[in-house]
Amino acid sequence: MPDTVLVPPDHTAPVTFTRAQLEWLPWLEPLAIEAMTDRHLASLVDAARVKSPYFRLLARDPDALEARTRTDKDIFYNPDAGLPRAERELAAAATSRFNGCLYCASVHARFAATYSKREADVQRLLDDGVTADLGERWNAIVAASVALTATPMAFGPEHVDRLRRAGLDDLAIADVIQAAAFFNWANRLMLSLGEPAAAGA
Amino acid sequence: MTGTETDVIDVLIGIAPGSPLDAIRARRPEARTHAQATYRALFAPQVPGDVTAQERFAVGAFVAGLHSDAAIAAFYAAGLAAAGASGALREALDAAIAEAGAHGPYGRYPAGPLSREDVSGPAYRAGAETRRVLGRHLAAAFEHVHLLVFHPRDALPGALQALLDAGWSTTGIVTLSQIVAFLSFQIRVVAGLRTLAGRP
Repeated sequence: MPDTVLVPPDHTAPVTFTRAQLEWLPWLEPLAIEAMTDRHLASLVDAARVKSPYFRLLARDPDALEARTRTDKDIFYNPDAGLPRAERELAAAATSRFNGCLYCASVHARFAATYSKREADVQRLLDDGVTADLGERWNAIVAASVALTATPMAFGPEHVDRLRRAGLDDLAIADVIQAAAFFNWANRLMLSLGEPAAAGA
Repeated sequence: MTGTETDVIDVLIGIAPGSPLDAIRARRPEARTHAQATYRALFAPQVPGDVTAQERFAVGAFVAGLHSDAAIAAFYAAGLAAAGASGALREALDAAIAEAGAHGPYGRYPAGPLSREDVSGPAYRAGAETRRVLGRHLAAAFEHVHLLVFHPRDALPGALQALLDAGWSTTGIVTLSQIVAFLSFQIRVVAGLRTLAGRP
């Protein structure tokens, strides 16, 4: 059978940025679980991801998927100093807000709110966008993420200086850079290979 | 090979062993190793898969060129030449970069409250001469690259249908998408850390 574009089932498409749980519906056929080889399964890294159509679609190129996932985990989960987890998630959410990825923004706004306990500020980022006033330290992280996300990039020494004034050391600034850069990777896959849907709709 | 190969991000930034940035990258060792492993998977895969080496580097050189970073663009242009690209293809690449330049991210949201944030911008269609040299398969890829680089929130299933119509397989589209998305990461890590290193 020739490859085809999938027509998602009836669903409610979200029309605002939200911290609510969303689903993701693929536009291309994920691998069928029963057709996956050991290499495909290993590329998921977390066995539970076999339930995710997103990861089963990306598993079509298993070496790229596995390396993507291991890069992701170290940038966000490595506990060795640098930027606190909450602010790595803030950079991810701000990047996703600026690129316009409702799905990615929902996941990482939830994480940012959970780890920072600053639900109102995170919600303001979602509601008002990347120019929302979140206090200087968060403003500096959001502005740096946005400047790096622009194409061509607009990130310059002034962003480094502002992050330093806000109290970030160079490892923390490198974490902002890698977190924002990683969501330029993730946003493009999520936005172009499928679409978000309200959960359970 | 893994232990001895050159780390592309280190090379593009000019990170010397023992430098402050070398130490910072060493604090996120898995990210460093697997960013390079992704590069290898996409540009020097163990099996060619559904995308040729020349197509991978042509796409890479186009992505890099659209980001207007001379050093990174030169790296991928050199990779394209090493993959055996003709002079005509390399000229077509330069022409495509010149005709496709834009400033992102722009695009439309689903109709609703976010519509007030819609930002219009061009959708790229390769010019006749560029298309003739690139061929149908690669021309379709370049049009998709432009969408992903500059206005990914405009993506609709029709963009994937256009790739299928031009002969791309589903698996080939996954690889193509990963090349564009990964480079969007790699280029920003290089640009960001290079700026950091230049501000001691």
